[in-house]
Amino acid sequence: MSVTTEIAERYSVIYAENIEKISDYSSPYINSFRKPAFEKFRELGIPTKKNEAYKYTNLNIFFDHDYANYFIPVASDFVKAEEFRCDVADLDTHGIVLLNGFYPTINDKLRKLPGGVWVGSLNEAAAKFPDLIEKHYGKYAQSDSDGLIHLNTAMAPDGMFIYVPEGAALEKPIQIVNLVYSEEDIFNQHRNLIIVEKNSEATVIVCDHTLSPKKFLTNAVTEVFVGENSHFDIIRVQNEHNNAGKVTHTFIHQERNSVTASNNMSLHGGLIRNSTYHYLGGEGAETSSYGLFLTDKWQHVDNYVNVDHAFPNCTSNQLFKGVLDDMSTGVFNGRILVRKDAQGTLAYQRNNNIILTDDAKMDSKPQLEIFADDVKCSHGATVGQIDEDALFYLQSRGINKHEARLMLMFGFAHEVIQNIKIYPLRERMDNLVMQRLKGELSRCASCMVKCG
Amino acid sequence: MLVINNLKASIAGKNILKGISLEVKPGEIHALMGPNGSGKSTLAAVLAGRELVEVTEGTVTYLGKNLLDMPPEDRSKEGIFLGFQYPIEIPGVSMVNFMKTAVNEHRKHNGIEPLSASDFLKMMREKKELVEIDSKLANRSVNEGYSGGEKKKNEIFQMAMLEPLLAILDETDSGLDIDALRIVANGVNRLKRPDNSFIVITHYQRLLDYIVPDVVHVMYDGKIVKTAGKELALELEEKGYDWIKKEVENSIVA
Repeated sequence: MSVTTEIAERYSVIYAENIEKISDYSSPYINSFRKPAFEKFRELGIPTKKNEAYKYTNLNIFFDHDYANYFIPVASDFVKAEEFRCDVADLDTHGIVLLNGFYPTINDKLRKLPGGVWVGSLNEAAAKFPDLIEKHYGKYAQSDSDGLIHLNTAMAPDGMFIYVPEGAALEKPIQIVNLVYSEEDIFNQHRNLIIVEKNSEATVIVCDHTLSPKKFLTNAVTEVFVGENSHFDIIRVQNEHNNAGKVTHTFIHQERNSVTASNNMSLHGGLIRNSTYHYLGGEGAETSSYGLFLTDKWQHVDNYVNVDHAFPNCTSNQLFKGVLDDMSTGVFNGRILVRKDAQGTLAYQRNNNIILTDDAKMDSKPQLEIFADDVKCSHGATVGQIDEDALFYLQSRGINKHEARLMLMFGFAHEVIQNIKIYPLRERMDNLVMQRLKGELSRCASCMVKCG
Repeated sequence: MLVINNLKASIAGKNILKGISLEVKPGEIHALMGPNGSGKSTLAAVLAGRELVEVTEGTVTYLGKNLLDMPPEDRSKEGIFLGFQYPIEIPGVSMVNFMKTAVNEHRKHNGIEPLSASDFLKMMREKKELVEIDSKLANRSVNEGYSGGEKKKNEIFQMAMLEPLLAILDETDSGLDIDALRIVANGVNRLKRPDNSFIVITHYQRLLDYIVPDVVHVMYDGKIVKTAGKELALELEEKGYDWIKKEVENSIVA
């Protein structure tokens, strides 16, 4: 038996052992997806380097490992979670904590925010809003090549649900703090669904953290529906330890004249793979996909972006930047698909990277598939060192070399950060990135969580 | 203040400076002129500490210290300022942050407390007025998207912030229209004190209508071939550099 089938076999056993428990928690509608999804996973397996979209990322380090358990919350976990409260330091957000992918409260699993907005557990929402779930769940996260999406559909026990009804504008962002905490090695999956109906506006911040030094693997799928003429921003801040593997798949489905921005800030983590899928599914839709990563030691960060221009006169803009130290590695794969009818498309892509050592490595791969003729597309990628001329310029004003390098790296990173629209968050990201560059970042200390 | 003695330097193995000797005293303005490729900018780069240039012979003494031993940042903190011919664009680094870091490094070097945020902004405001720089520039990234003239004015602004003892202005006038030129020159004149000195590198007499030099040097082929008073600049404007080249060539033949 080959290694890959062995690994897939491992997950078959996990599925068989857990599917009953998982299904007990979940709604019949969500459960109806599980078996076909698992069959699809059996067919596709865990992506290997043979898969074009995973060409430079070896997932086996994390997927070929015996985790102590596949995480499914039981009653005692909710009690423990109640004792283990985490407060989200005030960023003036609607803060929500997810523990190992579940919503760790016994009561109040679905909260109502101003403007008729709902946030809470997906399972809870499936009971309360069956129509919404049936309309949107599983509609956007689709793939014929990535088995991990199907593995998530098959087995994710719960996740976050956000519903922004028509015409609502949430002034404060919703902040989801995603904690991984366990005394043993665990594999967890969660499934999020965000519905932003037409003419509304919302910003979601997702913070990924690890709280204990065990080996963790997370495989998360987020589906986002953005209705006509709505604005939606999602910012993901990743700060996990070197022994954590994080695979995220975010599917953003846009209707006509909607505007979205996604921003992946990978500050720290062992292996991070973020796949972001933008479907421009109506005329005049606009999306920006940003990413920043800072790696050192043996860390590996892989950003995969897929922008699908399915309708005319849509705009997309990708900007991804990385700073790689030590022997860390990075990947950027940006696909732009312009379908035959998508005339008047504007699609831009830029990927710039700074490599600080001879051992760090960056693979950058643009992938443009254009089937319409009235299209404006551009892409560019650079991998280079710190600009010596700029370094000398700063030094010549009395700034020492070390500080000057920091300033240049910070400036490089800031070009991504400056696209965050919420000013206090932008400022906070600036500080976190500066701390990270100085090597001072442990947890997002001032930032997010106080647990105990 | 500055004594350069028989300085020779090369870039990538090519000899550029072939024995420069020059002394600048406190309060003096020196103009350094000469045709393209004569080594003016290389001399400026050596004085500011650019690693690209390798000094092969000679000495440079600044305030009694061996300048060539100092890293560029220490030279700056000791009072040397280079106005760049081509100021560098640094996206993502704001002028405010850049100057605050630089000014406070200088203060630390001099044993003075760092400026508070409000005092610093006040200082920026004053210096901006002094050099007539558009206040919006200060809120942008360093030189990013500035026009040529704005970049040069920004050099003068930085000079005003750092108050150097010896400023070397490398073709700060090149490409400027008359208004920008006047702003640059006024900046220099306002910053002039009895104890600080300038080396103004230029192609053109025009700048010297506004900044009156004490001494004018002409460089050619890596050497200073002529030194005289401010009238030399006028003569160069009138006659060009050919007569100097001829003089040098004749003297070699002779």
